[in-house]
Amino acid sequence: MNQSDFLKVVLPFKDKVFRLAKRLLVSTEEAEDATQELFFKLWRNKEKLSDYKNVEAFAMTMTKNYCYDRLKSKQASNLTLVHSNYKEKDASLDKKVEYRDSVNQVHQLIEKLPDQQKMVIQLRDIEQYDFDEICEMLDMKPTAVRVTLSRARKTIRQELLKQHNYGVS
Amino acid sequence: MELAKIEELVQKYDNAETTLQEESLLRDYFNSGNVAPHLEEYQMMFMYFQNSQDVTYTKTIEFKTQKKRNYKWLSVAASVALLFSVYMGGAFDSKPQTLTEYLATLPENVQQEYKEAEKALKMLSANFSKGNEAFNNLYAYEETVNKILKPSKK
Repeated sequence: MNQSDFLKVVLPFKDKVFRLAKRLLVSTEEAEDATQELFFKLWRNKEKLSDYKNVEAFAMTMTKNYCYDRLKSKQASNLTLVHSNYKEKDASLDKKVEYRDSVNQVHQLIEKLPDQQKMVIQLRDIEQYDFDEICEMLDMKPTAVRVTLSRARKTIRQELLKQHNYGVS
Repeated sequence: MELAKIEELVQKYDNAETTLQEESLLRDYFNSGNVAPHLEEYQMMFMYFQNSQDVTYTKTIEFKTQKKRNYKWLSVAASVALLFSVYMGGAFDSKPQTLTEYLATLPENVQQEYKEAEKALKMLSANFSKGNEAFNNLYAYEETVNKILKPSKK
């Protein structure tokens, strides 16, 4: 497998990998580094790729695991990241106005969800994978995926309702 | 599509029971802009989902070639450093090699001061060795005393 063959296999889902990484790691630069690192890993293991029925699902699983590792090492060694997250929440007035912007609001709400719910929302509602694929990617049972997804969707909607009602009264 | 159907789908959506086809119906409805007011939150959600798909990875995927090039630059840097050090070594050669040569380059009064300091240090060292000799005598004395005392202790 040469570089162009590899790219033909891998390019169709590079944005999905990047978006999942961004969902988990929040920062765009971190997600870019993660994407680069992942494709490099896939390239190094290119001989094994044909063994996988679904390279895309395999890549998504790798992305999930890689991001988990990054998050873990962050929590262990880098307290500044935690700090910068706080900073983002009570930023300038501009940011607050922006926060009201409905689409952004959904983004913030998803950011507050547990990692697993974040991923299920990302994979289902944004990337539109079917349940079997999500099960494979996240190594979860179908019922668990449905429960997690339902919980995430309901939480987002209820929070939106809450914020909306505050705005009215 | 009639509202009743949408409401039913939304219910299923909340329970994560919709199929991908049904979800794409919902997506179409909520992105059409003509949404019933009590379903506004869903519109926000689906609009966000739609927008999120536009996020793309804009950088090109790089392969290992990049890293090899770094090593090449490293060797260039090393050879430049080597040349530079040879050049600088030549510069250092023209400087005085011994202490006396260096002293000759200094102004008169500094040389004078140096000589005085040297004299003072020599005096100090002479006196110090005198004191040291006295100590040596003391050690010799202690040794003989020990020689005499030790056998008697045993």
